Amino acid sequence: MASLFGFGQSAEVVIKLDDHDTRPTAKIRNDDGTLETHYLFLDGETVSGTVDVNLKKAGVKLEHQGIRIEFIGQIEVYYDRGNQHDFISLTKDLARPGELIDQRNSFQFEFANPEKPFESYMGTNVKLRYLLKVTIVRRLTDIVKEMELIVHTLSSYREEMNQNIKMEVGIEDCLHIEFEYNKNKYHLRDVIVGKIYFLLVRIKIKYMELTIIKRETVGGGANSFNENETIARYEIMDGAPVRGESIPIRLFLGGYDLTPTMRDVSKKFSVKYLLNLVLIDEEDRRYFKQQATTPMALPEPASPELERSVDEDDRGRGGENGVGDGSSSNGPKAVEAQ
Amino acid sequence: PHSAMSSVATQRLSTKRQTLDEAYAPPANFLEIEVVNPITHGVGKMRYTDYEIRMRTNLPVFKQKESSVRRRYSDFEWLRGELERDSKIVVPALPGKSLKRQLPFRSDDGIFEEEFIENRRKQLEQFINKVAGHPLAQNERSLHIFIQEPTIDKNYVPGKIRSN
Repeated sequence: MASLFGFGQSAEVVIKLDDHDTRPTAKIRNDDGTLETHYLFLDGETVSGTVDVNLKKAGVKLEHQGIRIEFIGQIEVYYDRGNQHDFISLTKDLARPGELIDQRNSFQFEFANPEKPFESYMGTNVKLRYLLKVTIVRRLTDIVKEMELIVHTLSSYREEMNQNIKMEVGIEDCLHIEFEYNKNKYHLRDVIVGKIYFLLVRIKIKYMELTIIKRETVGGGANSFNENETIARYEIMDGAPVRGESIPIRLFLGGYDLTPTMRDVSKKFSVKYLLNLVLIDEEDRRYFKQQATTPMALPEPASPELERSVDEDDRGRGGENGVGDGSSSNGPKAVEAQ
Repeated sequence: PHSAMSSVATQRLSTKRQTLDEAYAPPANFLEIEVVNPITHGVGKMRYTDYEIRMRTNLPVFKQKESSVRRRYSDFEWLRGELERDSKIVVPALPGKSLKRQLPFRSDDGIFEEEFIENRRKQLEQFINKVAGHPLAQNERSLHIFIQEPTIDKNYVPGKIRSN
């Protein structure tokens, strides 16, 4: 915050965490695609440290109407910019109104176990972030210093609750396949192991791929914005299969930029992941079947039962099928034609 | 976790073994349509060109495994119109109508130029292969009439074909 009149900033504010040398850091992708590194926190961890206010010029006093520090968790929806929604806002006063006379002033702060219910997220239409904000209130312009923090949420799931997905889908008398994935929930560095089994092939398939689609939904009801992004495209078959052939799937999630699944965060947005199986025929027609899956969180160091992960909840919801359910009698569904 | 990771690196789901029958039987997706032998009929103003549509397939949805019929450009237009109306597919485009070539007092043969006919033949072949290979088009009665009936009955009852 350089002051408007060219005197430069009269004070420099530094925020230092108590455990800055031991606290892990994490990277998050910024709006412009660059990676930023910040300190990493989990839900319930105390945030404490010192705020140093160093005056630029010795002997020049700094008058102020109070100094405070805030711990803020905010959601910013891009089409509604400037209208930030703070789901957490904690304030500590560091100094009463008065003057700073010494050149170096140091203030302790501590937010004991603040709630951090959501994971930090930088999306296409929305961003959720946490920050520490120091404000030196002054008559004309406040001096403000922010420090961003990253929060990861952990989740655990019992392996036996994590069933595999098996389904027979197809277009009547054209293409019948059976696919199987080993789980419905995957953590962020998991491996999707599966197979495709061909029961009937009467189209000329060229290749098959598995794509992971991230669907970000912002807002609700009529004015909700959906943003689909293809995170991964992974070819699993090249050439035309015949009946009885099995195609193995092994897709390592660690290589992709995933976040955990987020459901209806603070009634503002959701992030879902879909596994999309796409077959492409010689005329470039696409046949597909989508499956929602859930990535979960896994920070380091991770205890074995706490992971950040990806899951699958709307099993068999026919709404997102490209290839109709083989068992249903209403014939072919949504085969895209060129 | 490391030992677990290494086993996951080669993990597979168990698969049914393919039978030799399945492995060596001819594929069930055979469909070939050729557009050949353009012939120009008639004289003067009544001249028109038609083409032979020769099909070979093993798809059960088609009644005949082999067929040959003669069709002219306007028949293709009829088929395209029927599919546009009845099926939910995006029907590919036909080669242009070439109205320009039908203007009188030409120095060449207009729409009866060999080169023009050859170009049109190629494009019609592409068109009919695209359409006939489409799973949703294969259910349309109009396609079957176009490919396999000796003459097109334009007063047919539109509907779906059930293959059983």
